[in-house]
Amino acid sequence: MKPKFMRKLWLLFCISVFALGGCAASSAVDQAKNENKKDSSSASKEGDTVKVGILHSLSGTMAISEVSLRDAELMAIEQINASGGLLGKKIEPVVEDGASDWPTFAEKAKKLLQKDRVATIFGGWTSASRKAMLPVVEQNNGLLWYPVQYEGMESSPNIFYTGATTNQQIVPAVSWLLKNRGKTFFLLGSDYVFPRTANKIIKAQLKDEGGQVIGEEYTPLGHTDYSTIISKIKQVKPAVVFNTLNGDSNVAFFKQLKDAGITPKDVTVMSVSIAEEEIRGIGPDVLAGHLAVWNYFQTTDTPENKAFVQKYKQKYGQDRVTDDPIEAAYTAVHLWAEAVKKAGSFDVDQVKKAAAGLEYKAPEGTVKIDGETQHLWKTVRIGEIQADGQFKELWNSGQPVKPDPYLKSYPWAKGLSE
Amino acid sequence: MFIDQLFNGLSHGSILLLIAIGLAITFGLMGVINMAHGELMMVGAYTTYVTQQWFANDMPHSAGLYFVVAIPLSFLIAALLGWGLEKSLIRHLYRRPLDSLLATWGISLILQQTARLIFGAPNVAVVPPSWLDGGIRLFGAVFPYKRLFILCLVLAIVFFLYLYLMKTRAGRRIQAVTMNRSMAACLGIATQKVDAYSFAIGSGLAGVAGCALTLLGPIGPTIGTYYIVDAFMVVILGGVGKLAGTLLGAFGIGLISTFVEYSTSATMAKVIVFVLIIAFLQWKPSGLLNVRTRSLD
Repeated sequence: MKPKFMRKLWLLFCISVFALGGCAASSAVDQAKNENKKDSSSASKEGDTVKVGILHSLSGTMAISEVSLRDAELMAIEQINASGGLLGKKIEPVVEDGASDWPTFAEKAKKLLQKDRVATIFGGWTSASRKAMLPVVEQNNGLLWYPVQYEGMESSPNIFYTGATTNQQIVPAVSWLLKNRGKTFFLLGSDYVFPRTANKIIKAQLKDEGGQVIGEEYTPLGHTDYSTIISKIKQVKPAVVFNTLNGDSNVAFFKQLKDAGITPKDVTVMSVSIAEEEIRGIGPDVLAGHLAVWNYFQTTDTPENKAFVQKYKQKYGQDRVTDDPIEAAYTAVHLWAEAVKKAGSFDVDQVKKAAAGLEYKAPEGTVKIDGETQHLWKTVRIGEIQADGQFKELWNSGQPVKPDPYLKSYPWAKGLSE
Repeated sequence: MFIDQLFNGLSHGSILLLIAIGLAITFGLMGVINMAHGELMMVGAYTTYVTQQWFANDMPHSAGLYFVVAIPLSFLIAALLGWGLEKSLIRHLYRRPLDSLLATWGISLILQQTARLIFGAPNVAVVPPSWLDGGIRLFGAVFPYKRLFILCLVLAIVFFLYLYLMKTRAGRRIQAVTMNRSMAACLGIATQKVDAYSFAIGSGLAGVAGCALTLLGPIGPTIGTYYIVDAFMVVILGGVGKLAGTLLGAFGIGLISTFVEYSTSATMAKVIVFVLIIAFLQWKPSGLLNVRTRSLD
């Protein structure tokens, strides 16, 4: 009898333990939903509200980054509601969890468009999640605002891209490095689509502008031992390491680079996916002196940014930081609101028409929606990481750069888009 | 360059040995397929983080010493957690390897989510103590202090573990239970107690590994998943149930993968090392060194 009893007890324990794990995982989502409920109850009754979808990964590996985007979007919606709403209606956010799983993004986007009938969706981070949502928004003639820098080569009539495309981040960074740091490049990236596409572009550009690639390495996602790659860097002595590593690998790479006695004076590392939020997790002491290229830094000096940073910290805590994707998500909500006001309607086609050429004073400076590609004109900024985890701007493009996702205006980029 | 790579290989080997040595006890000697081994390392890493915060807040004058305190503390906390796990769960699963695989995997998920709830999803930063900054320059190569420190730490652990298993009463009891459980029980050894503290020691060593790896790598809720496969690879290659095999396996994989990576690429090196290991296990299924054990025959 005894072993059977023990087995039952064990089974019971197992079930309760797994249930507990499940609860924990979904608590983040519940929290988001509760906030959402609070928001909607404070708004006026049915008929006086317009629903919008917010679709980010609130659980799983990508939650690290995407939760802050949801926060920024909810804050923007709150601001618009506080100043009287849109066309006499309050905005009601419907928050969904993409769970770092690309089919889930497609499914939730469909649910938001067909069941909730949202006027627009703000969401996504990885290119994979965007590519999953793309056919859904196109088929349902919905609207999606995508807030993260990406590899370009895309332009959907139903998506607005508020992050940078390659000619607003990577291309100007390479030109700047050639002019200011040297001709020899070492390309280091994680082994997946974005770094490989980015490096293809960099190689074509270097060939045209007189630079030289003297090393190209890819490591699996989650790789943690960079000693051999650092040996190779030491041996070929490049002027610049162009870093497209993603996630935790950055921590290992920068810690080990510093240990090997390589300082930013010996080799400059230029990164495209390290923003203020990531610096906190890597430790500013190992990053100080290295560079990153974005369109916005928390230290960007505009009156709009001062107000934005202050409000964000007031709402979510003094220890929180803002960064480029957070700002792009916040700006996306305001751009949509401006377009709706101009169109005088929530209808997707009319909003799209009104959005073309629309200008807005964002925290990063003035941005303009490019009607043809539905990307933004954005100012490019190169910053040096400081010991306090913030950026010091070394260079900016002076004025917003026209988005060119297919790099049509660059002769050397011919043949890359195939 | 050759000296540089030789050192990198030894250093990589020492890291592999560090992450595998705890598993060599829980999996190698006791036969528990412990998928939560990586998460016990994560517990050690977060213990180091908490110790750092505690020193920085309460005794800023001796903040550099936090690391000396963090090592035993990581061992203690991970060992306590391991002891609790063994008592509540794993001891019911000793003769059921598949069930223990699933159950410990569940535990690893729970531990990850718990870390996320306590410390948040983003990584946290551990600033290595300043006395480990820099390195020695010899023969034109740089030997970072952190890597030398890890190498020494691992050798010290192996040495003391050897002494413990061979020379002390408690250690010999572990050996006796591993070799023949029923005979050991007949001779009056409390086998259940021995199981519990063996598992606690294995878990504690995982904690120390997590603590030491904060010097080189990230600290986040999912770091355990980066190391778990390598840890199993080392123990299986070395020969289940043999600590010396784990030692050989770790340095062998470390050196081979470093040199292969130097002449190819990181992704290629992973593939080639895996192929070599599989081929080797086809030829010698029981690993580099083998011993007949009670648990996995």
